[in-house]
Amino acid sequence: MTIYTEEFRVERGNFQEAGSASSKIKRTLKKMGISPAIIREVAISSYELELNLVIHSLGGTLKLSIDGSQLLIISEDMGPGIGDIELVMQEGYSTASESVRAMGFGAGMGLPNIKRHSHEFSIESELNKSTRIVAKYNLI
Amino acid sequence: MILSEIADILDAKVLCGDAMLNECVESAFGADMMSDVLAFVKPHTLVLTGLVNHHVVRTCSMLDVRCVIFVRGKQPTADIVEEAADSDIMLMTTDHTLYESCGMLYGAGLPPVERGI
Repeated sequence: MTIYTEEFRVERGNFQEAGSASSKIKRTLKKMGISPAIIREVAISSYELELNLVIHSLGGTLKLSIDGSQLLIISEDMGPGIGDIELVMQEGYSTASESVRAMGFGAGMGLPNIKRHSHEFSIESELNKSTRIVAKYNLI
Repeated sequence: MILSEIADILDAKVLCGDAMLNECVESAFGADMMSDVLAFVKPHTLVLTGLVNHHVVRTCSMLDVRCVIFVRGKQPTADIVEEAADSDIMLMTTDHTLYESCGMLYGAGLPPVERGI
């Protein structure tokens, strides 16, 4: 039973707004009284996922879902999909452009970092279709 | 190490958040890649960087970082300073390079972040 959800559209290439959805999610969790340690972990995953949507996807959504005992951050995009998931999970592998790196991103740390900072992590992707990533946290 | 002591060691100028000068940090991390900051920085860590843009503040805000020091004399624009002030992040700038700054703080006893969660 889901008791709370928030969903944000994230545009491809919109670095001006990048991070705003994660900031709102962080504020929501603070208001709910979730433990600061969990909030920090969720914020890291949420921000990494939001940046991935801006940098690598054709656009998508970032969603917060809470059902009482579990908190989920779900990223769903409109493509282009990932061909080799094992490869993108390797630290240091990145397809980010030079302009993205000049902004300080694209070190190839994002997905492994989300996995490290979540209690459960899943990634499903189909090349030329879409990618769905879920970072799950136990609240109890 | 107390932030005022860090400001003295690096001869750093405070750009915002001087009310935090009495706060303490337990470690420091230096990088120009915010991806690495996201992957390495722990709570109560000082961030030193030569990158100057809004994403430095946003990244540090996500990580609950309380203080960022810009190296190589980098000066953030007024809107970046404002965003930091709104996010309760203290900003400083020093003329020292990243290498010098990290060396000076390490030599004064401020340890690096430990790897792993």
